[in-house]
Amino acid sequence: MTNSAANPSLSPTPVGLSVRGAHLAWQDKVLFDGLDLDLKAGRWTCLLGPSGIGKSMLLRLILGLDGLEGKSDVISCSDGLPLDGRVAFMAQRDFLFPWLNIIDNVLVGRRLRNDNPPDAQAHDQACHLLSATGLADVAQAMPDTLSGGMRQRVAIARTLMEDRPVVLMDEPFSALDAITKIKLQGLAAELLSNRTVLLVTHDPLEALRLGHSVHVMRGRPAILGEAIEPHALPPRQVDDHEVLEHQGELLKQLAEASL
Amino acid sequence: MTFVRPVIIFIGLIALWQIVVVVSGAPHYILPGPLAVVEAWISRPALFLQHGAITLAEILLGLCFGLALGVTSALVMAYFRPAREWLLPVLVISQAVPVFALAPILVLWFGYGMASKVIMATLIIYFPVTAAFHDGLRRTEPGWVELARSMNASRWAILRHVRIPAALPALGSGLRVATAVAPIGAIVGEWVGSSSGLGYLMLHANARMQIDVMFAALGTLAALAIALYFAIDFAVRHSIKWQPDSHPDET
Repeated sequence: MTNSAANPSLSPTPVGLSVRGAHLAWQDKVLFDGLDLDLKAGRWTCLLGPSGIGKSMLLRLILGLDGLEGKSDVISCSDGLPLDGRVAFMAQRDFLFPWLNIIDNVLVGRRLRNDNPPDAQAHDQACHLLSATGLADVAQAMPDTLSGGMRQRVAIARTLMEDRPVVLMDEPFSALDAITKIKLQGLAAELLSNRTVLLVTHDPLEALRLGHSVHVMRGRPAILGEAIEPHALPPRQVDDHEVLEHQGELLKQLAEASL
Repeated sequence: MTFVRPVIIFIGLIALWQIVVVVSGAPHYILPGPLAVVEAWISRPALFLQHGAITLAEILLGLCFGLALGVTSALVMAYFRPAREWLLPVLVISQAVPVFALAPILVLWFGYGMASKVIMATLIIYFPVTAAFHDGLRRTEPGWVELARSMNASRWAILRHVRIPAALPALGSGLRVATAVAPIGAIVGEWVGSSSGLGYLMLHANARMQIDVMFAALGTLAALAIALYFAIDFAVRHSIKWQPDSHPDET
């Protein structure tokens, strides 16, 4: 999909990701053991499943956060290079730093890595991303003056500023009202169209609007169900016949997984 | 109303004081009336201002040293795990010894001058500052740390750009508490041994039955302490503007 807002020069070369035989135990429970997952390069993969099944933990395992070991053994990239430093993360809450204004929040990754103020080029880039997310007017505002939807837009701009080929999202739109949610889903799909995205969600409609492939995670230890792959390109309309067609099937799978 | 209320409280307390004096018929060398105290102050303003300046200097120096030491200790404890494991118990145990009990020793070691009082004030300020800041550094929102890690931030960068700014409101609270207790250190130090300061002036006047002078010195100290508290409170609010004042029952 082509669009005016996303700057193609920004997008890094897409990288595919495969997880083979992932194992994770948490508080004496084996969440998954021998789990396989493929994230196709430049595509959105959505992950649904009952609460507590281990979706977020799988995402954190890929992200390589503390206490979750064994990452390098199970994860490989399609280009054969290590994954380190090539993943961006977006959580359910925006986690903006309340002491930084909006543009500094977008630039916070530079600050955290270089330990000094970002250069003019990075600043221009941040301004560009703020316009693309419709936030140009509030660049100098403080986060607590913004609505939840606008704050999550800032989080999207911050994720894009990281300019990583792989983006992991953990229910990023679940705290938003229905209309804001649909708008932001469209915006994210547009701006992250060339990235390899793993989106963990509770919302079947969201998964079907945004995902190139949609998986349901079920059982303990958990496994992934057969992928649902609608033909039309995302973001699909909420009343798209394919979306509606698959929604029933997906809800059925989810209901079974929750038993 | 915000400004009127303290004024009403102040006038009310003065009136109550006057009523107690009139009703009890207490002699002026036991409980002088408010007017007598004001007269004592006006007749010799330089006396109270000079001694007040010395006490204020002791408090301010104590605040500077206590703040610097407290902030440093909290940072060291937050960054180096072994330091935390060794320092924290020492800190807690040190609080078992009342600072007042140390006053005679401090005067013996550091003399009758300002040094012993500054050290007293520093000791009394150190704990609330360290405890509050360390607590703030420990309670960083996990989502912020997770985000910073996902951006490949080093531990030092996380401390500097995430944990320290996030802990500033806690440090501000600690500093407010410290400011409220700081005068205690200076005054106790002056009581134990000194030749100047409001504490000295109070003891000196007390021994000569100049109770009006004593009350005037006490009033000067109270005014100093309140002014200092509001100055620090103002400074804290303005340096941490992003932290909104929450009024849970109003919003």
